[in-house]
Amino acid sequence: MTIPNLVGAGLIVIGAGIGLGQIGGRAMEGIARQPEATGKIQTAMIIIAALLEGLAFGALFLGK
Amino acid sequence: MPIFAEILTKGPLLKGAQMKSRNLFLKSLFFSLALAFSSANLWATDPVKSDEPTHEESADQSVSTEEQISEYIAHHIKDAHDFHLFSYNDSSGHRKHIGFPLPVIVYTSQGLRFFMSSEFHHDDSGHHVVETDGVSLVKYHEKIYELNTGEHAISFGEEGHHDGEHEVGLGDELSDIAEIEEFDASHHPTNAHEVLDLSITKSVFGFLLVSLLMLIAFRSLANQYKKRAVPTGFGRVLEPLVLYVRDEIARPNIGEKHYKRFTGFLLTVFFFIWTSNLLGLTPLGFNITGQLAVTFSLALFTYLITQFSGNKEYWKHIFWMPGVPAPMKVILAPIELLGTLTKPFSLMIRLFANISAGHIVVMSLISIAIIMKSSMGAVGATALSFALSFFLTLIELLVAFLQAYIFTMLSALFIGMAVQEHDHH
Repeated sequence: MTIPNLVGAGLIVIGAGIGLGQIGGRAMEGIARQPEATGKIQTAMIIIAALLEGLAFGALFLGK
Repeated sequence: MPIFAEILTKGPLLKGAQMKSRNLFLKSLFFSLALAFSSANLWATDPVKSDEPTHEESADQSVSTEEQISEYIAHHIKDAHDFHLFSYNDSSGHRKHIGFPLPVIVYTSQGLRFFMSSEFHHDDSGHHVVETDGVSLVKYHEKIYELNTGEHAISFGEEGHHDGEHEVGLGDELSDIAEIEEFDASHHPTNAHEVLDLSITKSVFGFLLVSLLMLIAFRSLANQYKKRAVPTGFGRVLEPLVLYVRDEIARPNIGEKHYKRFTGFLLTVFFFIWTSNLLGLTPLGFNITGQLAVTFSLALFTYLITQFSGNKEYWKHIFWMPGVPAPMKVILAPIELLGTLTKPFSLMIRLFANISAGHIVVMSLISIAIIMKSSMGAVGATALSFALSFFLTLIELLVAFLQAYIFTMLSALFIGMAVQEHDHH
């Protein structure tokens, strides 16, 4: 791996980390506000996280 | 009522026949496995022939440096032509490999050829030539090449060097092997060509094993419902999972009207991915869902099912999005069309990357024991590597389930988008 590749990979991981943090944090807030909706919030959270993860992995894979 | 009577009268008979066939099946399974492992031992004790100088790399074939470890990990991630569990140097300095060979099926210029991968004698550098009915085959980096007639060794073209081909004869020195690596980048041998490889590779073997396990487990579960309402034994583990996929994944995402049509596919995908992922965590060294070809096929099924079950509304939303101004419709059409492709593409990449990354990280943490040995001592390095890889394997257990869940969930979501009926505004 060359330096630009490594920097790019780092940027991807930073972006994905911010995104996952947002998703997780907001889901926690939602659960705290409405504990009875925990199941639905978790399902939605996992789907969005998976989509984000797919994007990040796709970028890493294409940039390899 | 007559049906019940029939079941009652035929019941014991049927049961007996089933029991018999199942016993026979289990026996044959046991014997085939026993055979496989006995051949493994035979294979392992087969000594390396001393008349092959190229194979005597036993002096330094152990995995100890960082480069060797990363090469080993890369080798594990790739598919292989034989089932290799581990290897070691015996007291006389010979490299011994424990595992068993798998069949190689290749379609060459002379037609189909079939032989066991043991014919290559663990050679992966294109040195050992296998002759079968007038076709010379070599294996180089887990790819099988057919040599042109009259050639005895694979060679790779050299750029900026003399016009002659670079031959790697059976008796060449190690320096030539180093040069081969240098010109590896082109990947085009000058005197050989790739063949259509239909071999039962390690991943295909794992694929079949998972299918067999699923067939046994789910056939017994399905048969139990003929006799009783509540399954016994292993069926009790499977039933809630099946119901979970049906009631929590298929039904809410596809809709009450259509979910039954797709539940079979979703269940198959879910259990196949989960079992394969779990099999990848065993020390057998499978990496089935970490193969791009496998995840591609799985995603292709989702793609085809989504497209072929799409209704009028679905296609209308792709080509002529309702509710937006006309110029936007024109812009949206190609984007939406591309969107149908990116969805299965992300399914494919997600599963492949997650499982591959998991395998790489687990193996890297295990190799801490080797890399840190000089700085931390054998005990400290092993303890650190054990602790880290233990916790990561626990996380990987979660990831194995999560990826199967995500794949199934998103497949259901995409199918649901294609079949749902919109209430008109």
